[in-house]
Amino acid sequence: MERTEVRRRLTWQVATVTSITRETASVATITLEPPEWPGHRAGQHLDVRLTAEDGYTAERSYSIASAPGEPLAITVERLEGGEVSPYLTEILRAGDELELRGPIGGYFVWERGDGGPLMLLAGGSGVVPLRSILRHRRRTGSDVPARLLYSARTLPDVIYRGEFDQYHDNAEVIYTLTRSQPPGWTGHTGRIDQALLAQAAWAGGANPLAFICGPTSFVETAAAGLVGLGYPPERVKTERFGATGGH
Amino acid sequence: MDALDGNAIGGLLIDVFGTEMTAVRSTCATCGASRPVAELVVYNRAPGTVVRCRTCGSVLMVFVQAHGATGVDLTGLASLSQTDRLGRPDG
Repeated sequence: MERTEVRRRLTWQVATVTSITRETASVATITLEPPEWPGHRAGQHLDVRLTAEDGYTAERSYSIASAPGEPLAITVERLEGGEVSPYLTEILRAGDELELRGPIGGYFVWERGDGGPLMLLAGGSGVVPLRSILRHRRRTGSDVPARLLYSARTLPDVIYRGEFDQYHDNAEVIYTLTRSQPPGWTGHTGRIDQALLAQAAWAGGANPLAFICGPTSFVETAAAGLVGLGYPPERVKTERFGATGGH
Repeated sequence: MDALDGNAIGGLLIDVFGTEMTAVRSTCATCGASRPVAELVVYNRAPGTVVRCRTCGSVLMVFVQAHGATGVDLTGLASLSQTDRLGRPDG
């Protein structure tokens, strides 16, 4: 097989923040303009580095929210007591500079030729790379059926809700609200478990391609559940944020 | 702190190996389990990063960063081999 990968050193660069959009009370999307960007693939992430006046540095990884070909954007959830996310979501402004490197990742990536049907499972801000995949699917005119099962605490915590409400082209978003539900809520409630997966996920016999992203415990439960439904383990791709749900 | 997975060290691995490594297939020298680097268990706390086998828990890789250099221990690995994007052996 011909080697297509281009070797490229990953270097830190200073990007300009072009806009900041608030998505929920604790989540913001930051659009960035790096001096050199080779283009990214849907599902990849980048590293952000903050440097204090005394030279102390803190690095975090954030999933890329935009589709390949769109202006580079990350979506960040503020974590209480975090070193980086409160700065990114509360203090950073359009016109500021931000040090980053990327794009990073070759495993948790979807390209049109990978096909589907696509089964996407998000826990909290784990929806960010899956949103990039859904946008990429639309932009490339892919007709593979796609379903996103999105676990959020409450309806106001749902990121990109306005965008997801517009999806009708063979793409479907199913919510489960784990902490509280609005009056009259008829959707799913509670954390993802085997019963909910059996109801909401594609059947294993359809040979689906699954991407799961979220807190570690969410990913473990969801991945084991899909394999239990007959999904081939090598077609269940996972990305874990750790305990906090941030990234 | 819950463990992360190999996706979280994609940038570090590019630093060390000079290329994208999360889709590369790893084989544990202790139990022989084989899976993409992205699916390995990662404990990412300063000053070091410890990567463990998801099947038997053995330490596969250790990275320690100090004074601008990275120390690397890969003795827990039997192999790292390139695969295609859906995990099949390449070529």
